[in-house]
Amino acid sequence: MLPAAMINGLMYGAIYALVALGLTLIYGVLHIINFAHGAMLMLSLYAAFFLFHLFGIDPYLAIVIVTPAAFVFGYVIYRWGVGKLSGGRDQNILLITLGLSIIIENGALFFFTGDQQTVSLSYSYDAVDLGFVFLSYPKIISFFASLLICLLLWALMTKTDLGRAIRAVAKQREGARLVGIDVENIFAITFGIGIACLGAAGCMLLPIFYVDPYTGNIFVVIAFTIVVLGGMGSIVGALLGGFIIGITESVGGLLLGESLGQIGISLIFILILILKPTGLFGSKV
Amino acid sequence: MAARNSTLLFCAIGFAALAFAPLGISSKFYLDILTLIFFTAYIGQSWNILGGYAGQFSFGGVMFFGTGAYASSILVNSFGVPAIIGVVAAVFAGAVLALCVGYLSFRSGLRGSYFALITLAFAELLRVVANSLEITGGGVGLFLTYAPGLQNLQFKTPVGFYYFALILLAISIAIAIWLENSRFGAQRVAIRENEDAAEALGINTLRRKCQAIMIMGAMGGAAGTFYSQKYLYLDPPIAYSVHLSVEMLLVTIVGGMGTVFGPLIGSLVLHTVNEVTRNFIDTPGLSLIVYGIILIIIISYLPNGLIGLFKGRGAKKTDARQGDGDA
Repeated sequence: MLPAAMINGLMYGAIYALVALGLTLIYGVLHIINFAHGAMLMLSLYAAFFLFHLFGIDPYLAIVIVTPAAFVFGYVIYRWGVGKLSGGRDQNILLITLGLSIIIENGALFFFTGDQQTVSLSYSYDAVDLGFVFLSYPKIISFFASLLICLLLWALMTKTDLGRAIRAVAKQREGARLVGIDVENIFAITFGIGIACLGAAGCMLLPIFYVDPYTGNIFVVIAFTIVVLGGMGSIVGALLGGFIIGITESVGGLLLGESLGQIGISLIFILILILKPTGLFGSKV
Repeated sequence: MAARNSTLLFCAIGFAALAFAPLGISSKFYLDILTLIFFTAYIGQSWNILGGYAGQFSFGGVMFFGTGAYASSILVNSFGVPAIIGVVAAVFAGAVLALCVGYLSFRSGLRGSYFALITLAFAELLRVVANSLEITGGGVGLFLTYAPGLQNLQFKTPVGFYYFALILLAISIAIAIWLENSRFGAQRVAIRENEDAAEALGINTLRRKCQAIMIMGAMGGAAGTFYSQKYLYLDPPIAYSVHLSVEMLLVTIVGGMGTVFGPLIGSLVLHTVNEVTRNFIDTPGLSLIVYGIILIIIISYLPNGLIGLFKGRGAKKTDARQGDGDA
């Protein structure tokens, strides 16, 4: 039972990592906490859902549509929304993204109703037998696709000029400006990439989860926990944190039962914040 | 001092008018809405004590409400204690929880977004715990028996709950006025404006912040009893709903943070928006969309909230006055 729970946790952990990656990237570069992260994940779940429902597009193929769309959405929201309105103040950004999440969440409630939606794919119930655990195809695909996207993001950040520019802005805002980097543009691009992670995560999550206007709330605490655990701004930390939280959740559920099992995540969150707020790989608070 | 006296006079006239209002308002509908407005203003004020004046934003303020509600409901249900004593336990439970949460977080130096997030996590933790315990009724929830009477804090008519909420509101405003004019209040404002400087001036910031969150917790606890005695039902999603945590900070920010009447104004606007949008299109979500937009506009263009519109530079002046008066 235990190995099975751990493998299952690992599967979800990869998707959690992807969600957290977007959050930690935005934090690492812009030093803002995007409280609307959960709401935006919920939006991309709906995007994948409607692409499937209306046009019959497989959620895994929808990644190539939803991810760029999410990037554009994030870019626009930052460039002409959050960045302009907040005046750059930390608490204002927190509250504006909170306002944004209220608008998105209730917008979804208004347009899509509060009903839970799921998709059923032709291969939803096909599974691989590993001896001690059955893994459904969607879980396996989601796992490897999430890992691949994390890897691509890492390559983008370390191997490309854009990545170098983003890291330069993260380290030394003014210095980056001096060498001719358009800092505001980089901010918006980073925000866009962060939201694009959610676009991909939404497509990956839909076949193995459900969506309703409040789905995002479930992932807000999980994503923040991973980011804090891994260290704010750390990509490796987010990946590792995602796996730890995924496993904690499923093993907790196994040992403590369905309802009390969720306690592990908030407990880790509180303990890390109190004892080591820099997380595993973070530099400073 | 003149400003203080006029505030007190304004309050006295306002509350006298509201106390006699049920004589003129016979509609159950309007009494219920007024009750709701008072209740939201009250819980907003509890958030304001810590968030508005001391500058510590909490995203999990609902935890005091929920814990208070459970404390009094369990005493009523399992031990046959009358709710009027239960509410004392609720206030106490809220304050103790606040002390634990506040001490743990403030001692670790958590500020700003980090503090906001840890309160969210505490509320989440308590929701999961309440969901799993037997004494809270788990996911099924607690049902309270309907037994109107003052000792049970239950009333046959909406007028009873109207006065209950009005008294809570009056207490919360009295606390806010008292704090604004006390040394403690001035020290909290100092913490909000510059915590390091306040510490350097010899203010025990940890103690002050813990006191502020305890007042918030105590107020939240009483709100919990009000809710459970009015609606006679309680379950973990209600007791620890993110929605209420958000609502209490929304009304305060929209009305005006760090002001005595901010939460009341915000609450008035929230419930008016709610009723008006419901009249046009009765689909869930619309009123909060409007309210979210109002929130963003206020944060961007009116940092002093709606109250800033009436006072001009009032909010700033108030702070300066306090600093001078207490120095």
